[in-house]
Amino acid sequence: MKAGVQVRLGVVLLCHDDLGLAARLARVWADGGARVAIHVDAKVPARKDASLRRALADCDGVIFTRRHRCSWGRFSLVRATQDAAEDLLDRFSDTTHVYLASGACLPLRPVAELTAYLAADPDRDHIESVSSHDVGWTVGGLNEERFTLFFPFDWKRRRWLFDRFVDWQRRRRICRRMPAGLSPHLGSQWWCLTARTLRAILDDPRRAEFDRFFRFTWIPDESYFQTLVRRHSSNVESWSLTMAKFDHTGRPYSLYDDHVDMLAESRCFVARKVWPGAARLLSHFPLPDQGQPQVDPPQPARVSRIINQTVRRRVLGRPGLYMQSRFPRKDAENGKTSAPYAVIQGLADLFPGFEPWLQKHLSCQVHGHLLGPEGVEFAGRARTGPGAISADPLIRDRDPQGFLTSLIRITDRTQVLQFSPRDNQALNWFMATDPNAHMLVVTGAWKLPLLHSDMPFDDVRRVFAQLQRTELEQLEVLNSLWVRARLHHHDLGDFLLNPKPILQDFLLQIDPHSVPITTLPAMRDLTGLDQMLRRLRNAGLRPRLMGEDLPPIELLSPERAAAE
Amino acid sequence: MQGLTARPLVNRLRRRAERQRLIARGIRRRNALRPVAIRTAQIAREDILCLATLRDERARLPYFLDYYRNLGVRHFLMVDNASRDGSSDYLRVQPDVSLWWTDHSYKGARFGMDWINWLLLRHGRGHWCLTVDPDEFLVYPHMEHRPLSALTSWLDATGRRSFPAMLLDMYPKGPIEDAICAEGQNPFDVARFFDPANYSIQKNPYFGNLWIQGGPRTRAFFTHDPLSGPALNKIPLVKWSARYAYVSSTHMLLPRGLNLVYDEDGGEQVSGCLLHAKFLSSFTTKSAEELDRRQHYGNSQEYRAYHAGLHQGVQLWCSESREFRDWRQLEDLGLISRGNWA
Repeated sequence: MKAGVQVRLGVVLLCHDDLGLAARLARVWADGGARVAIHVDAKVPARKDASLRRALADCDGVIFTRRHRCSWGRFSLVRATQDAAEDLLDRFSDTTHVYLASGACLPLRPVAELTAYLAADPDRDHIESVSSHDVGWTVGGLNEERFTLFFPFDWKRRRWLFDRFVDWQRRRRICRRMPAGLSPHLGSQWWCLTARTLRAILDDPRRAEFDRFFRFTWIPDESYFQTLVRRHSSNVESWSLTMAKFDHTGRPYSLYDDHVDMLAESRCFVARKVWPGAARLLSHFPLPDQGQPQVDPPQPARVSRIINQTVRRRVLGRPGLYMQSRFPRKDAENGKTSAPYAVIQGLADLFPGFEPWLQKHLSCQVHGHLLGPEGVEFAGRARTGPGAISADPLIRDRDPQGFLTSLIRITDRTQVLQFSPRDNQALNWFMATDPNAHMLVVTGAWKLPLLHSDMPFDDVRRVFAQLQRTELEQLEVLNSLWVRARLHHHDLGDFLLNPKPILQDFLLQIDPHSVPITTLPAMRDLTGLDQMLRRLRNAGLRPRLMGEDLPPIELLSPERAAAE
Repeated sequence: MQGLTARPLVNRLRRRAERQRLIARGIRRRNALRPVAIRTAQIAREDILCLATLRDERARLPYFLDYYRNLGVRHFLMVDNASRDGSSDYLRVQPDVSLWWTDHSYKGARFGMDWINWLLLRHGRGHWCLTVDPDEFLVYPHMEHRPLSALTSWLDATGRRSFPAMLLDMYPKGPIEDAICAEGQNPFDVARFFDPANYSIQKNPYFGNLWIQGGPRTRAFFTHDPLSGPALNKIPLVKWSARYAYVSSTHMLLPRGLNLVYDEDGGEQVSGCLLHAKFLSSFTTKSAEELDRRQHYGNSQEYRAYHAGLHQGVQLWCSESREFRDWRQLEDLGLISRGNWA
């Protein structure tokens, strides 16, 4: 700290509503030794203004400045700031720094610490000022256009006119020219300037020209001082001393009682915007003066992280969650499901004891046909599944996607389910386009249960035709361009030639710690399959989905599979 | 007709006609309400109001009133539908309750919503109004640190007019008959369990609301006809305007925009839960009585199913039930969300 530097802080306080809070905060500033120039929005009733004046009547360093009607995004806010700053500098001419704050900006650290911090480098202007070419964070898509178009209409009250006029100007390719010598800069509207810089801005011989230009720009309170400071100061610390976080729509976050610890840790000097009812926050801050002012710089990283997490939650949400306030339309899900899961089609038909066998090899939770027509086959055939999900197929089929996503989200283990053309096919597109889905599809395996069904041939033919049609429709999905699932697709003949490596690969994919396969479960007897197919062919059907050339039946015998 | 309904403008006009009909119906039926203790002059500009219709809820009322007083509700507007257990006597002496009494048909007043719509129109305009049943208790994010007025002023600041809170059925472990909740006791000390994930959602394109079903009732009582299980979606907290009307219970409102409380682009909006303290010992007597009155939705189908179920000694608890802890638990489970209310 340079010795002998005397910082005399002045504060411009812009107040809109809740003057009770404003009075309280003005007193905090005044008690800390700062001079305060209060601007009260002209929209506030005179009665309230009078009571604010009464409440602060005993404070010497508080003045009230000419009231303007302020509306968000308009030049009136800059005009109010200019007038208040002029009044402040006239009335207290020994002021060295001016801090712009609002009636909802809460000083977190003692004002003495702020002045000590400013005294450490008394010629520095603390104002966020980023070239508009490089700004990526402005909300609403208006970046350069803030300066190149005219904005005579109020955004909040005349939204329709505002939008139409912007459109019209874009069509007419209207492009205003910046006054010579200025380069557009943007930044937080809360700053702390040295009196020298502020005077230079206010007394600029070309001020009338600049004001004329900025009067019709968009949100000039984020650009007027930020641009002009570059003209008059060479010592800009492009960083606002006020911690103000905005959400994705440009609205500031409110601070509540439960933020006390987080704010104390942030070591910021001023934070906005405080909810007027946050009594504990208001009584806790500013922190008491320790006598020996600390000049450590603000550390808002943790606050930023928490706010960014909340923005993420609001904008992207939690993947795979469907609930009362998050119901994404198709393909806007940001993650269709919350965790990987596996869908195995055909193997339960091929190996009757597949499910218990699989459970022995995997740490995952292995269900039966979750989408089966008779009921939801949860692991162990429980009547209520994980998360108390009902096993009633009617309930499941009302919202199959919700059923699957809730199941995956509520459990910690990877879910494995069996699938077949007999099951509800409503989720085919959903699963095929979900990168979390691991699918092992053996087409044509559904024929094997029919082979041993002892049903009359007419029924076999009917069911066969129906299931074949279903699976062909499913294959259209699986062969489409949009598949995002990790799909392993084999036809029955193909799979039977190499069952163990295919299965082993798949198991390793869904569970790297799966037990290595030594023996396969007993396979259904395949004898009679080709006779059945021939009979069906002769009955006018065209059996497909077995593979183009089914290997000779002796190759497919269960003995061979078991011997492997 | 099919072609007509496909047109958005026609639907808009239909909804407007429906809304005006509902508002007019509320106004027409205002005479059914006989004022008992009217303290509405106390209502100040920014006060949060709570509206409820009740019948024979004497034992529940002390806890109910205290719960919402603690959250920051400033005035209660209550309709007593011919209670015989002294509910009126209790409510009329409460300093922050305005009470109306009626013996008209609950069912004839669209399950009380005509009365509520009238009270909202008459007293609720410009206020945040919470419309609940005496067995529904609002839970919302950050509730241990932030009163309801913090939520409503934040909703105001972000331009929201309504706040969703799904109904979460709470139940005891063991038979419902044994779950005795004393007067003034927190019912969720007894009925502590809920279903964490057993909910299905569909969108209603006409009204724009989500239709949520499921929970223990569908699981245990509606096994024979699960699709007719009760709706769980609710929008109880609304910044009321004279143009608004509740359509069916607090499940949905008109204009349609009030029902769009969810994000369709993958993000999360803020939401809460209404813990439903229905499944306590008092429920068994009540279900028998309500069955005789046949004054509830769908010919009291719910109560009939419950009654049948209770006689068989049905337990709602199952091994997958979760014990209620706090709102953070509900948020982790994905039943509620803080949205961007950091």
